Amino acid sequence: MSGLLDQALDPLAAALKVTGYRQQLLSANIANANTPNYRAVDIPFAQVMQAVQAGDKGSLPLTTDSNRQFTETGNNASMAAFVQYQRGSQVGLDNNSVDMNREQADFLQNSVRYQADLTFLTGKIKTLTSAITGTTA
Amino acid sequence: MSLFSVLNVASSALTAQSYRLNVVASNMANANSATSSDGQPYRAREVIFAAQPFANAGAPAGVNGVRVAGVISKPGPFKMVYQPGNPLADKEGYVKMPNVNPVDEMVNMISASRAYQANVNVMNTTKSLLQKTLSLGA
Repeated sequence: MSGLLDQALDPLAAALKVTGYRQQLLSANIANANTPNYRAVDIPFAQVMQAVQAGDKGSLPLTTDSNRQFTETGNNASMAAFVQYQRGSQVGLDNNSVDMNREQADFLQNSVRYQADLTFLTGKIKTLTSAITGTTA
Repeated sequence: MSLFSVLNVASSALTAQSYRLNVVASNMANANSATSSDGQPYRAREVIFAAQPFANAGAPAGVNGVRVAGVISKPGPFKMVYQPGNPLADKEGYVKMPNVNPVDEMVNMISASRAYQANVNVMNTTKSLLQKTLSLGA
């Protein structure tokens, strides 16, 4: 139950949220590249994206006392539940599994994705503005 | 805003790596200090890193910063150098020198500076992402 604006913007907002979270995990891996016993973490993007979009609403549903109110729950899928250790990296003598090349490549890729999301979102906003004002932007 | 905690993570790493550089500098500077305040030769130091989850309430799960858990003195025998003229020499004319291994220290220094650079890169990238997010829709 959502309006045109939500339909247009929600998927991209969800993508931004997931990419932003992944960016944090990857930066934590880079920060801990020299920490003994640290294991690199990551999230499976596709699965988390599906969960967030399906509205695997984690917490705080809106309470309603009239049937004309929105029953929407907060789109707070707990992405933290999807955090898992990265597989396939070699574990060093200090029991640290951060592969710096892989992390930097992933980090770069993820930030390009984030920028792409922002670009698409800007495009959507411009389209909608143009539709609302009736001018060609 | 989730990306701000990336800056916290990266800055914790910058602090830790610069601490490590400081310790390397101390080791290199004291590579020939045959005595110190406790009368013994200088012992090489080494920092121990530990992953540190953020304590504040809204912190994202699974995201760890890094902190310096401690500084240890490296075990290992002192180098014995034959210097009969040195006032610190023992009966046979040997002086105990610090157990600093310059090769170890150089490797440590390069590793620390590369890690520092990587984290600065992370911060720069994140900064530009944040700025682009701020100008969203423009």
